[in-house]
Amino acid sequence: MTFFDFTFYLFAIVTVGSGLLCVLARQPVHSVLWLICAFFSSAGLFVLLGAEFIAMLLVIVYVGAVAVLFLFVVMMLDVDFAQLKAEMAKFMPVALLIGVVLLMELGLVFGSWTVSPDAEGLRAAVTPALDEVHNTAALGQLIYTKYIYLFQAAGLILLVAMIGAIVLTLRHRKDVKRQVIRDQILRDPKDAMEIKDVKPGQGL
Amino acid sequence: MIGLEHYLSVAAALFVIGIFGIFLNRKNVIIILMSIELMLLSVNINFVAFSSFANDLVGQVFSLFVLTVAAAEAAIGLAILVCFFRNRGTIAVEDVNVMKG
Repeated sequence: MTFFDFTFYLFAIVTVGSGLLCVLARQPVHSVLWLICAFFSSAGLFVLLGAEFIAMLLVIVYVGAVAVLFLFVVMMLDVDFAQLKAEMAKFMPVALLIGVVLLMELGLVFGSWTVSPDAEGLRAAVTPALDEVHNTAALGQLIYTKYIYLFQAAGLILLVAMIGAIVLTLRHRKDVKRQVIRDQILRDPKDAMEIKDVKPGQGL
Repeated sequence: MIGLEHYLSVAAALFVIGIFGIFLNRKNVIIILMSIELMLLSVNINFVAFSSFANDLVGQVFSLFVLTVAAAEAAIGLAILVCFFRNRGTIAVEDVNVMKG
């Protein structure tokens, strides 16, 4: 077994194992941490496949943003998770059945297919040799030329998601005093204060 | 020697774990969202594996877009979850019947 094989099996086993633990964990915080572990080790798999950019993106976007978002939500919500977990045993048989059936169907990837001889000619963008252009630069040359509209659309999707999330979670609390700039500007010295001429010894 | 099949079987296992998780945690929306993330990750592994073994970069470009959509989906899903929790005080999916759908 070479070093490459060893690393593949290490990352593969850690990915699948932590995925399973993510689903089975008792506490949602542990689930999120196992999810982070799964993402990290699949980033390792991507590095083994020669896709460094996607691997780094996975670490930055998923671990840095999405998993932290999950962590925030899990910690913010005051939910009795034990009660939600209570019926897990009830769903276990049907979940196991469906899982095993699906796994057996997907297990057909082993050996029962061949690559079509026409497949070579159908490639849309052949990967350049690694000593000429490395992965990130090659991807950039593709994204910013051929797939520029799709790239822009992806940006638009993120913008819409951002606006949607803000609109959904924004709320105006009535019990908090806020600064109202408009009222401050429109306030006139004439009706805000009044000058009284107080005579000596009289008072108001 | 590690071939395409090895990566495909890792992805298949991860996908099945995602579906398993959805069935197992039918009440807890947070875990369901995490299971969906796992399934999208397995799709990404498939894309990148094929891209690497067929020497075609488009697979990696596509997995980039899958990543974008997954991030957007997680953000919106969690926002809806927070909103729902504020209104109802629970996150059990079975209570989501306001729209009678």
